[in-house]
Amino acid sequence: MTSTLDVLLWVVVPYVCLAFFVLGHVWRYRYDKFGWTTRSTQLYERRLLRWASPLFHFGILAVFLGHVMGLGIPESWTEAVGMSDEAYHFVAVTIGGVAGFCTVVGLVLLIYRRRTVGPVFRATTRMDKVMYLVLAVVIFLGMWNTVAGSVLNLGGDYDYREGVSVWFRGIFLLQLHPELMADAPIGFQLHGMAAMLLFALWPFTRLVHVFSAPVGYLWRPYVVYRARPDRLGTRPPRRGWDRVEPQEPSRR
Amino acid sequence: MRVMAQMAMVMNLDKCIGCHTCSVTCKQAWTNRTGTEYVWFNNVETRPGQGYPRTYEDQEKWEGGWALNKRGRLQLKAGGRLRNLLTIFASPKQPSIDEYYEPWTYDYESLTNAPLQEHTPVARPKSLLSGKDMQVGWSANWDDDLGGAPELATADPILQRVSDKVRLEFEQTFMFYLPRICEHCLNPSCAASCPSGAIYKRAEDGIVLVDQDACRGWRKCVTGCPYKKVYFNHKTGKAEKCTFCFPRIEVGLPTVCSETCVGRLRYIGLVLYDADKVLAAASVTDEKDLLAAQRGVFLDPDDPHVQREAERAGIPHDWVQAAQRSPIWALISTYEVALPLHPEYRTMPMVWYIPPLSPVVDVVQETGVDSEDTSNLFAAIDTLRIPVEYLAELFTAGDTAPVTAVLKRLAAMRSYMRDLNMGRSGDPAIPASVGMDEATMYEMYRLLALAKYDERYVVPAAHAEQAHGLEELATECSLDYDGGPGMGGSGPFGEGSGGQDPLAVENFHMLQQRQTTDTVAEPESRKARVNLLNWDGKSAPAGMFPPKADPDDGTSQPGASDGGRP
Repeated sequence: MTSTLDVLLWVVVPYVCLAFFVLGHVWRYRYDKFGWTTRSTQLYERRLLRWASPLFHFGILAVFLGHVMGLGIPESWTEAVGMSDEAYHFVAVTIGGVAGFCTVVGLVLLIYRRRTVGPVFRATTRMDKVMYLVLAVVIFLGMWNTVAGSVLNLGGDYDYREGVSVWFRGIFLLQLHPELMADAPIGFQLHGMAAMLLFALWPFTRLVHVFSAPVGYLWRPYVVYRARPDRLGTRPPRRGWDRVEPQEPSRR
Repeated sequence: MRVMAQMAMVMNLDKCIGCHTCSVTCKQAWTNRTGTEYVWFNNVETRPGQGYPRTYEDQEKWEGGWALNKRGRLQLKAGGRLRNLLTIFASPKQPSIDEYYEPWTYDYESLTNAPLQEHTPVARPKSLLSGKDMQVGWSANWDDDLGGAPELATADPILQRVSDKVRLEFEQTFMFYLPRICEHCLNPSCAASCPSGAIYKRAEDGIVLVDQDACRGWRKCVTGCPYKKVYFNHKTGKAEKCTFCFPRIEVGLPTVCSETCVGRLRYIGLVLYDADKVLAAASVTDEKDLLAAQRGVFLDPDDPHVQREAERAGIPHDWVQAAQRSPIWALISTYEVALPLHPEYRTMPMVWYIPPLSPVVDVVQETGVDSEDTSNLFAAIDTLRIPVEYLAELFTAGDTAPVTAVLKRLAAMRSYMRDLNMGRSGDPAIPASVGMDEATMYEMYRLLALAKYDERYVVPAAHAEQAHGLEELATECSLDYDGGPGMGGSGPFGEGSGGQDPLAVENFHMLQQRQTTDTVAEPESRKARVNLLNWDGKSAPAGMFPPKADPDDGTSQPGASDGGRP
């Protein structure tokens, strides 16, 4: 039994956010290649960054891999390779807990640094602040779900691998299960909702630098040679046979 | 053999008077923007001195350039590729702003705003990073002309290597200036460090550039460059570096720093080199062999075989001709008086230097003997251990023999030309004593001392026979570009974000604003940015003057958006 609200929250919103995520990145890449950067503030402050940034980034990478495992891999697969539920649970909670702890410590330090170091705070855009808020909410809710749900067992037993994960995969497989999310504990619901909001915001924040992770560096030749392009301006030359159609300049 | 052409520079240090004109004009041309306040594509250092950024030559500390690994193979000194990627989140080996300097401005407003008071108001220094009051304690040329030398110059990493007992008393020391730009290396370690592959070497002329659209601000190039000539623009979050003024070079003009050099000490020209030999030359085991190895990479443009191969490699004929007339080739390979800066970094730098004879001449002069006599000068070159060793640490990885040879050639030229200038006939024994003949020595004198404009700068224009591709051509609509006309100003993601507008569109919006509003710059849309270039004097641009007090009610009127019209 699913209500309209459930469908709205767990079917419509995910697809809207996904559309924002994908199309937003396409748009941002076309519109703003020059603004596509990490916006490092290392020049302003390095002592805190030296610890906080690797803590956060390595932590969040591990958290991401944990989510790939938890959300992406069906329970039946791990059972097929002979991994018991308890073993899976133990691995997920310990590794996830450590990674989450690193992430939270790193994030707290980074936010503290951003607020207290004058030049860093001055270099913070409005979008950065929104992003930090949403990111922090997502991470703290996720941490809460791990600690409260799996370690302290506050809200009773809930196997997200039979609930949230199935719903999540269903979005991409077009097998929609809004009822699974509707039945999930409030912590998971809030975490999922905040995460979707983050994904919708993603292309418009500095988080885009995630997609420039320079993995290709490991294989490319050390020194890059490039020939000067034939054109001199910033605009590609028009082929001689193209029609010239003057555009109406847009007015405010 | 794979022939490539490289645009290169030689600087004659004897003629540098340390006036910083090159630095200032370069800064005006390239880095007079926010985010690049501390960036000096060209800087002039007093040696001995710490340099800019401080102690950048201490590669044990900064880990720039290349080194041979245990198996004898060339590797970035900062570590292999994987290590490079794993340290990406907080690039650890990188000068902080303290090693450069915290840029500042002065609170000039207080000079005009201050109420009547007993003491003259002062303009206090304000940090351009934090906006707060600051104490100015260091800058790009804090130790200029050996200022504070007893305390500061002792931190010079080169001086520390030369001698444990260094004389820095003013009567006993020596001094010269070292102008530095990006070396546009044949084996650039900044490009090799860049995880995004944004730094590239131009195939046509070897100029090393940063693709601003591909740079992601990982800052690894700052670590990689041993000369610390790649800078991080802290506003745009992108790396920036000396461009060898490529827009000027492409049309056959020398760089801004060269054009404005009052001492006429810079030379620009082409060098042909064999790209296949670069790696082997950079990997020779003994650091002292690096100079010879790099000289071995260059190709003789007068050799018909080289010319044929150059043609096969697509190098235009007029470029080969320019390489034949190149002052760089002459100074490096014919006269052998130019030396590379820090060949031990193994980047194969392409800005070379003629070491200064002046520290030697000064000493000889002070003793009262004839300072233009070859035997006096030669004896001084042989006995003046510290200046020669210092120069050797800079230019030949510590090998004094090539430095001594160059200084002797310069000394010989000095003596030989004195005879000619005094109306006597030249003594052929003097050129012979340094392995030259009279004609070559005279040609060298002509290039070094007379230094005519068209002999100093042999810059063949780039081949871009594509006039139609030029921007803003009259036959095309200048608003017709990808994305359509933008509204100008900064994008929503911070300074400098958003697409790039063609110049015509930028001008269009500025004109439109000027015609439709009474203020030149709208304070709402352009945060108090005053563009005096386009100011027609038609009213006070907002943000230029403090808000006027309204005579009616005495309150101040922010913005003054009506521009003073009734």
